Amino acid sequence: MAEIKSHRTVFERIEGLPVLLALMLIIGIFMITAPRSFLGVRVYMSFFATVPPPLIIGLGLTLVIAAGEIDLSFPSVVKMSGIVFAMTNKFIAFPLDTDADGFVGSEGVTNLLPWLFLVLAVGVGMAIGFLNGLLVTMVGIPSIIATLATLFVFEGLSIIIGGGQQYSLRGIDEYTVHAALTGRIGIVPVQVIWALLAAVAIWFLLNRHKFGEHLMFIGDNENVARVVGVNVKREKIKMFVLMGALGAVAGVMVTLENKNFYTTQGTAFLLIVMAAVFIGGTAITGGKGNIPGTFFGSFMVGCIEAGIISSGLGGFWTRLVVGLVFLAAVIFHLSIEDPTRMKRLVGIRPSSDGLLARRATSPPG
Amino acid sequence: MSEVQLRGGAVADRTYEHVVRMADVSMHYGAVRALSEINFAVGRNEIVGLLGDNGAGKSTLIKILTGVQKPTAGDMYVRDEKIDWSGYSVRRAHELRFETVYQESSLCEMQPLWRNFFVGRQITNRFGFIDVKKQKEIAQDILLNAIGFRGAGITVDSRVSDLSGGERQGISIGRAMYFDADLIVLDEPTVALAVKEVRKVLDFVRSIKESGRACIYIEHNLAHVYEVADRLVILDRGRVVAEIARGELSLAELTQYLIDLHDKRDQHADG
Ligand SMILES: Nc1ncnc2c1ncn2[C@@H]1O[C@H](COP(=O)(O)OP(=O)(O)OP(=O)(O)O)[C@@H](O)[C@H]1O
Ligand SMILES: [Mg+2]
Repeated sequence: MAEIKSHRTVFERIEGLPVLLALMLIIGIFMITAPRSFLGVRVYMSFFATVPPPLIIGLGLTLVIAAGEIDLSFPSVVKMSGIVFAMTNKFIAFPLDTDADGFVGSEGVTNLLPWLFLVLAVGVGMAIGFLNGLLVTMVGIPSIIATLATLFVFEGLSIIIGGGQQYSLRGIDEYTVHAALTGRIGIVPVQVIWALLAAVAIWFLLNRHKFGEHLMFIGDNENVARVVGVNVKREKIKMFVLMGALGAVAGVMVTLENKNFYTTQGTAFLLIVMAAVFIGGTAITGGKGNIPGTFFGSFMVGCIEAGIISSGLGGFWTRLVVGLVFLAAVIFHLSIEDPTRMKRLVGIRPSSDGLLARRATSPPG
Repeated sequence: MSEVQLRGGAVADRTYEHVVRMADVSMHYGAVRALSEINFAVGRNEIVGLLGDNGAGKSTLIKILTGVQKPTAGDMYVRDEKIDWSGYSVRRAHELRFETVYQESSLCEMQPLWRNFFVGRQITNRFGFIDVKKQKEIAQDILLNAIGFRGAGITVDSRVSDLSGGERQGISIGRAMYFDADLIVLDEPTVALAVKEVRKVLDFVRSIKESGRACIYIEHNLAHVYEVADRLVILDRGRVVAEIARGELSLAELTQYLIDLHDKRDQHADG
């Protein structure tokens, strides 16, 4: 068989490679500007603890954006799942286990209770996702509007449920659920392993499963997807439910890692998760999603936030730098997608000269 | 030259008179009456040419038939059995062995060809994971025999956006040929094709007839339809206004008939 020349570059063929290289570059820079933290191991262990929750949400958001939709409600899913998990444990599991010398979890039936509450919290996230899905597909509200509304509604509800208070879960580390989701293997936080497993699973879901293929076709052209037999509404609802589930898992992880439910948990995720997905190379236009890109993009955002501060620049610089990296990444991805567009951009001056020249020589009339 | 071939033969497990029959089907888009009380049937081994002006309702009729849209009123019978509209969908139409080449592109631009061939009915394992290797192999076969291809650098991994209009049409037709069906609906399949490729499409329609299947063929070029159709159904403003059996009119008479119809309509509109 004849070899067919491929126009696609190595950057395109190995998904996420440019983002990985950029991540390594950024780490390299911080090793110079902030050697005390970036040449040690601790800072990386701290990334492995804090990046996984927004990363796991980013994986879900990559699917949503591939399908041409958006979900803005995940910060409130993080709050709702957190408050449900925190209050159920605090008011049901802990009292059963309290004796004179504090908590004795890790034994018997009560050790299973936090697992049950984890399932409950994930169920709450899925219910919010289901509601988002219904609003988008059945009521016909554009997803950006529908999920903005549910972002408000469920942030409000989480405050009402929790009375606007934070809930300390001191003692939760006595239970297996803590060890399983946010424990340490040696010094390595286990949540990074969950994040890696989730990324692999969702890569297969998007690129090898018919559900993922349906999402890409929906994002590419919804009418065509319908005509070729994709049940567009059902697939979108499933997608929002999955997104809700991932948001809820992230929410429980945050609560477990902090051993505390803070009323603001997840608020900061809104911007960093979206930045990570777009830095990763998933385009807002839909039709495809870059899972490795989201994976490395999430670490990049986390890295920049920590690196700026360790370099002594002050916290207010983080936003600015993330924004600039974000812009640079999007322009880079565009140029890979459509090389001619970049040539046009770079060649603005000569081409306008050309236009003038053509005008000068073209016949009148 | 590769010849246009159909896989296998028609389902012969049960006898039926009409592969599909519509009874008093109406379709409104808001105030627009696209179809009014259509009665339309296709025999089990019949090639039906569907003719009519732009906006006559031809595409609407086949979209209802293939489960893309639900009509506002009326019934449909498939192999002489009544269809329950609530359970009817594109997927169901596929299961009933209907295959369609739509007038508008039914390919997704950013996706590779091998996905476009199988989306909606992927070859999967029990858990829904796609057998990529097998799909690509079959896609490669379809591509080799596809109408409108000269094998110029297009592979199963190419994106639809890299294809010419005729190549896209060739892909849609190739897909319809592969999923071996009892009723094949072609909605203006030749518009973007070169003369030689048009011949191949007509050969394909003939091969549908020879293998005992049925076809609905929509086409504005009268000579083409005339050549292959057993019967012509003429739609005008959402109504069936004539049915003409093969040999009833000459091509010239048919052309005159349609021109007259058009003129009458214009007079009607003016008056
Ligand atoms: N989705 C839609 N919404 C509103 N009106 C529609 C829609 N689809 C079709 N129509 C209207 O229905 C009528 C029939 O359209 P249809 O596409 O069936 O015509 P056609 O016979 O296929 O024409 P052509 O030969 O140009 O393809 C037209 O008046 C058209 O404007
Ligand atoms: Mg049409």
